[in-house]
Amino acid sequence: MIEFHLDTRSGVPPYQQIVKQVRHALRLGILDVGDQLPTVKEVVARLAINPNTVLKAYKELEHLGLVAARPGIGTFVTKTLRDDSLAAHGPLRQSLQRWLAQARQAGLDEESIEALFRDVVQSSSAEDVA
Amino acid sequence: MTPVVEADGLGKRYGQKWALSECTLAIPAGKVVGLVGPNGAGKTTLLQLSVGLLQPSAGSVTVLGGRPGTAPDQLARVGFVAQDAPTYAGMSIRDHLRFGAWMNPSWDAGLAEDRIVRLGLDPHQKAGQLSGGQGAQLSLTLAVAKRPELLLLDEPVASLDPLARREFLQGLMEVVAEHGASVILSSHLVTDLERVCDYLVVLIDSRVQVAGDIDELLATHHRLTGPRRDHNALPSDQQVIGESHTDRQSTFVVRTDNPVLNPAWSVEQLDLEDLVLAYLTRAVQGDRQPKLEVLP
Amino acid sequence: MIRLTLRQFRAESVIALGLLTVLGVVLAVTGPHLANVNSAFQNACSNPAVLCTKAPNPVVSTDLSLQGALPFIVTIAPALIGIFFGAPLVARELEAGTFRLAWTQSVTRRRWLAVKLGLIGFASMAVAGLLTWMVDWWASPLDAVNKNRFDPGAFGWHGVAPIGYAAFAFALGVTAGVLLRRTVPAMAVTLVGFVAARLAVQHWIRPNLAAPLHESVPLSSSGLGVLSASAATGTVASLAPPQVNVSNGWVLSTAVVDRSSHAMTTQAVVHACPTYGQIANTNVLPSPAEMHSIHDACITKLSEIFHTVVTYQPASRFWPFQWAEMGIFLAAALALCGIAYWWLRRQ
Repeated sequence: MIEFHLDTRSGVPPYQQIVKQVRHALRLGILDVGDQLPTVKEVVARLAINPNTVLKAYKELEHLGLVAARPGIGTFVTKTLRDDSLAAHGPLRQSLQRWLAQARQAGLDEESIEALFRDVVQSSSAEDVA
Repeated sequence: MTPVVEADGLGKRYGQKWALSECTLAIPAGKVVGLVGPNGAGKTTLLQLSVGLLQPSAGSVTVLGGRPGTAPDQLARVGFVAQDAPTYAGMSIRDHLRFGAWMNPSWDAGLAEDRIVRLGLDPHQKAGQLSGGQGAQLSLTLAVAKRPELLLLDEPVASLDPLARREFLQGLMEVVAEHGASVILSSHLVTDLERVCDYLVVLIDSRVQVAGDIDELLATHHRLTGPRRDHNALPSDQQVIGESHTDRQSTFVVRTDNPVLNPAWSVEQLDLEDLVLAYLTRAVQGDRQPKLEVLP
Repeated sequence: MIRLTLRQFRAESVIALGLLTVLGVVLAVTGPHLANVNSAFQNACSNPAVLCTKAPNPVVSTDLSLQGALPFIVTIAPALIGIFFGAPLVARELEAGTFRLAWTQSVTRRRWLAVKLGLIGFASMAVAGLLTWMVDWWASPLDAVNKNRFDPGAFGWHGVAPIGYAAFAFALGVTAGVLLRRTVPAMAVTLVGFVAARLAVQHWIRPNLAAPLHESVPLSSSGLGVLSASAATGTVASLAPPQVNVSNGWVLSTAVVDRSSHAMTTQAVVHACPTYGQIANTNVLPSPAEMHSIHDACITKLSEIFHTVVTYQPASRFWPFQWAEMGIFLAAALALCGIAYWWLRRQ
């Protein structure tokens, strides 16, 4: 069973934090298909937040196709995000390691490498959309 | 859907002083409403008018479609916890539950006893010996066990330590989740309410300054920062709530339904505390602009 | 609401019942003795008649401490009821803020007050009634001998009037609490108000509930009051009217008047008995027998002109007056309840 926590200072709306935490759990395999999410009552009793916030989060997850609500019973996971194939991508991993070595040789530190990587990811996905 | 609380020009006067004036509200059902304002702003007055402990000096207030405090079935549908959670010091917790059962036909004894057990309270203990948090939980139990449609709570967590405060709100949210009651709770601290409220009413100087869905309020209030400018330079659809200037820079808090398109401004989201502070500052500085209307 | 009222009244009712029980035991133990003393005397009296007219009935000096204490208890009981049952009823809730809990349940404020007033008011009247009945019973041998229950000092602790007093004091206490919103000031106001009301009724209303009767009684030497002579002026300075006893009735006043209802004056006495005042001037005082005959002679002369008029309420009016006084205080209690009710609604 997953337990939620709230960071009131992050600037991220509470319902989004819940969505993120469910997705994270799905990715890590903490939640699997068929598992029940905590009831709204259980969540608000622990977090002291508005029930509508939890309902909003669960609706969003349902919209994303990750969970399904069964009235009177609860909300259950319908899809996992676990990607075992991560382990399978050997060649990708190796070429990435080579690129990293090159970046370090060029004199980039950790922060600059991350920034560069993020920049390229974002601009290329923007191109995809366009 | 009928609003749970509808006020029309509601006012209450003590001698020459108006504790609340020209209060017009339509609070929708199914919300957890935060009633925010400094001490003396009129929050207690508004809540007590809504529950029939006070009579209006002007205007009217309708609660769940009826006049507050008049009929037994109207009283049964509204739960109230006054400031400092009054209880009978000499009566035990168990006696208080019996009090609730005697006074309320809609009393749910199982719910009440369940809550007391889960809170770890000793039924034989006298209410006068309870800690602040325990007393607040007892008062909440008394208000909740009659299964009201509307709960009114006057500064329920003001005098509680952080743990007791959290436990109180946990219990309250559980009740809302399970029974679907509408809640109006007042506080002079926005931070108490941020977690639990989805609707906000700001009361300053005995008047309603702003009222609405919190999501909508946060979406329509912005902080604009840019080069020094007079507030009249802003478009008319942007209501200026607050402003401050240096010799080179101006910062405005505006309210608008439309997006801010002028690229000269850097637009920031406000959090709830900033929003209330902006209105508080405006009230303190006095009116340089005409009094703004409350948009529903 | 009824059960709540009883639960909240628990402490006071336990104390009241406890005190009543203790008193009841004391009275039950001493009462028969009192009755026995009286009946023994009456039996002895039925033989030589002389014994009874001269000797006092020993019952009047039996249990003197109780004779003093019991009327006092019955007299102050309504005040205590007003102070301890009435004043805190609403004031305590207003002071402690618990009215914000009590008036937001499913019971209207009006019903809340009405049930409390009705139940505790009834309890107050029952306590006062029972107390008065017990003491009345205990004192019946004394009343048979003293025949003074209509007197102002005794009227207030006999019969049914105390029931009215208790209802009034209770209502006064509640109303004071509602208006003043504080228990201790309400208690003070209740005490003062109750005493004032009792005195006012006793002095101004009770004597006039029915037109008093008048009876003329001829002057007699044993009946006339003291003729006092002043040595300095040599005149008869004053003449006190006689003490007249109307058995179980209430003597309001006695006056010595002539046939045209003019009061007797000093001059009239001097005129009728010129030698009386001069006695004091002589150096040799006459013997008691001589004094007696001079006194009698003066009275005989005066009685040709003057007689005593007694203004009184007859014994037959005792119970009508009791019911009337109870009714007056009950009506006042209801009026006060009305005020409290109306004021509470307004808030």
